[in-house]
Amino acid sequence: MISLTDQAFDPGTLLSNFCRGRTETGAVASFVGLARAEGGAAAVLELDAYPGFTEAQIAQHVATAQSRFELQDVRIVHRIGAIGPGEPIVFVATAASHRRAAFEACDFLMDYLKSRAPFWKKETGPDGARWIEPRPQDLTDLARWETR
Amino acid sequence: MAKVLLFGALSDLAGWREKTIEVDSIADLRLKLGAEDAALGEALKGPGVQVAVDQAIVRHDTALTAASEVAFLPPMSGG
Repeated sequence: MISLTDQAFDPGTLLSNFCRGRTETGAVASFVGLARAEGGAAAVLELDAYPGFTEAQIAQHVATAQSRFELQDVRIVHRIGAIGPGEPIVFVATAASHRRAAFEACDFLMDYLKSRAPFWKKETGPDGARWIEPRPQDLTDLARWETR
Repeated sequence: MAKVLLFGALSDLAGWREKTIEVDSIADLRLKLGAEDAALGEALKGPGVQVAVDQAIVRHDTALTAASEVAFLPPMSGG
């Protein structure tokens, strides 16, 4: 399931709910991305999305993950709107029979979300506002999956 | 006519997010937007700006109808 929300979320509750009732799963991996303060340079992060399109694009990538790894289930929650330092921005959880698939699929999905999913991120601080584009490292991370 | 949507830095630059414009193709739309706002016209040609028509990415010029929704998508960054 994929959700966009403009409300703060509790990653612990999401993870507990995702784990509940799984008798054949064996492995759940999760990732939580938090907004960094950047030493005071980023007082507010604003996340823009294209409702409908953003979820559909992520769903396509989840389908790719499901065909590539032996996944049983995926949960993605992504914040939109204004986010303060320290608040969770993104939650990804993957469920599989064995840990390798769960770890790798979680990593794969996050690399996609960082630099290919339809979100636009603006950081506002004392020196004004700037739109953030993927860092070279984000693109290197993503490229790892193209050669495997 | 088409519903035109701008996202991220493009919408900040233009000062609007959504507009209805009388056009019959993407090329025509680019010309009209550039004539109205030269900086926006340039930015739309920028590297990494993708175009979606009715929520599907298009690679080439495409005919538009009154019901078309055209979105200009600058480089993306989530998480």
